[in-house]
Amino acid sequence: MEDLWTVAVAVFQLWIFVVVFFITLPAMFGLSLGVTSVYIQILVKLLEWATIRIQRGREEQPSVPAPLPNGIIERAEGSMEEEMEQLRRSRSLEGGEFALSDALYFCKKGLESIVDDQVTQRFSSEELASWNLLTRTNQNFRYISLRLTIFWGIGVFVRYCVLFPLRITLAIIGLSWLVIGTTLVGFLPENSVKYWLSEVVHLTCYRICARALSATIRYHNKENRPQKGGICVANHTTPIDVVILANDGCYAMVGQIHGGLMGVIQRSMVRSCPHVWFERSEMKDRHAVTSRLRAHVAAKTKLPILIFPEGTCINNTSVMMFKKGSFEIGGTIHPVAIKYDPRLGDAFWNSSKYNMVSYLLRTMTSWAIVVNVWYLPPMTIQDGEDAVQFANRVKSAVACRGGLLDLAWDGSLKRGKVKDAYKEEQQKMYSRVIVRQNSISATHTRRDDQS
Amino acid sequence: MGSIVSRLLSRLLREEEIEDIEEIKKETGFSHRKITRLYRRFTSLDKGGNGTLSRDDFHRIPELAINPLGDIITNGFFPEGEDQVNFRGFVRTLAHFRPIDQDNEKNKNPSATEPLNSRTNKLLFAFRLYDLDRDGKISRDELLQVLRMIVGVNLICSTKTPKGGI
Repeated sequence: MEDLWTVAVAVFQLWIFVVVFFITLPAMFGLSLGVTSVYIQILVKLLEWATIRIQRGREEQPSVPAPLPNGIIERAEGSMEEEMEQLRRSRSLEGGEFALSDALYFCKKGLESIVDDQVTQRFSSEELASWNLLTRTNQNFRYISLRLTIFWGIGVFVRYCVLFPLRITLAIIGLSWLVIGTTLVGFLPENSVKYWLSEVVHLTCYRICARALSATIRYHNKENRPQKGGICVANHTTPIDVVILANDGCYAMVGQIHGGLMGVIQRSMVRSCPHVWFERSEMKDRHAVTSRLRAHVAAKTKLPILIFPEGTCINNTSVMMFKKGSFEIGGTIHPVAIKYDPRLGDAFWNSSKYNMVSYLLRTMTSWAIVVNVWYLPPMTIQDGEDAVQFANRVKSAVACRGGLLDLAWDGSLKRGKVKDAYKEEQQKMYSRVIVRQNSISATHTRRDDQS
Repeated sequence: MGSIVSRLLSRLLREEEIEDIEEIKKETGFSHRKITRLYRRFTSLDKGGNGTLSRDDFHRIPELAINPLGDIITNGFFPEGEDQVNFRGFVRTLAHFRPIDQDNEKNKNPSATEPLNSRTNKLLFAFRLYDLDRDGKISRDELLQVLRMIVGVNLICSTKTPKGGI
């Protein structure tokens, strides 16, 4: 019994030694031993082999249904005007006349949206073109080959028994270091040493957390990094976005103050560095929020604010409407585009399906997180532009850079219903089409009369 | 640990989640792949998780909610007087919109039942868009009601006498 205990203690000590000296310390200095990059290269090769193997397996077993790539509808991508014209062409209608077949256009559009619509699919994880050897992404698993199943089994073992304990240890170390470090720095008087130390503490802690997720982050265009006194906006996929961005710079976070562990972390963070945390009651008052943020930005020496204007997590295939509130504060906007590689791990947080803890567990048992971050050149509001147009301009820039689809839909449709104003838009558009065709046909009749 | 293993194994040997897939294939003419995909769409719309869709589930689709005829289209899925539609009914309604099989039109077998996506059945579906009370006739009021739905407040009532009912 004694021997078993001493062995266990020795193993534990060795484990902590390895973790601290080979991972945590290099991480804090921003160095890497290169193990993660080798791991990712091996993984990518393995997944490519698995894809080829699955495709070959499907050809050999035709009874096994393969997933359809994209959609089962043949869509006619025309505007309402073009399609209405086609429907009404066969009939000679007088101006402003309604044809029974007009309803078929709306019927067709309605059925297309029932089978496959652009909005609801953004609130669930992206469908992969090929299986990436994770049980959770397995849509249509059929036994293809023994080797594939063996690799899947090894993958399960490696992810759950080797990587997961390692990642949990790192996460605990990282978060405790954040709380302890920021509290200690908070005791110092307000001078430049304090700010420098606070930056060091934040950076090192986020680097450790990034290692806890096996995150490989590639930053592009570092010359456009957000400056002090600016506002950084980015597309939102997961709470981990914060860790990803803070690995390369210090930001003042904006958010609601929570209870529990999250609240402890938030309260200690604000001791060393002026983050902007709101009480729940304050969040409802938009004016109070805007004025506080404006005051923060006006003091040009404070860290750039980090805001996610979509307001909710989207699944990283598209960028949804940027809410105009962030763009009314003033100051320079530094847009950032974040794109996760879906093959190695699904970073999207589906908050209606998983709570925070199960989400973190799932992320820590994925293969890895590989992410590209693009810093875009700063943008300011131009003359004659209002906040909504400015927001749309920034959104298009972010979508274009990140290779994401640019949607005008509101992210809050995840939970809420769409406003009636949009239905009235559709009705107005139809009326305009009919009336326009009325004026065209009237011109024809007039010309015939004159000739 | 045991529950994790058994869960993994049951997913490995996953049985068909859709019952009567062969019957649905025969009735609707959709291929196996399409039925699987439609089933996945059905379950993603089914927020209650009870295997049926209610009218609310349809209205949750934003593109359908802004469609002026959204309510009528949704009604087309529900059988007379019912509030829930199961997967079979869902696929059966969608089968109307499958492109017409060319060979069906040519070799008309009078004794065989018409496929769901025949021309007649498509026209019947379109007719039902206007026949709101499902009495087999389109009255003038029904026509006006549908027109009002499509045009909304942009409708100007003229003093000309409208034509009679269909």
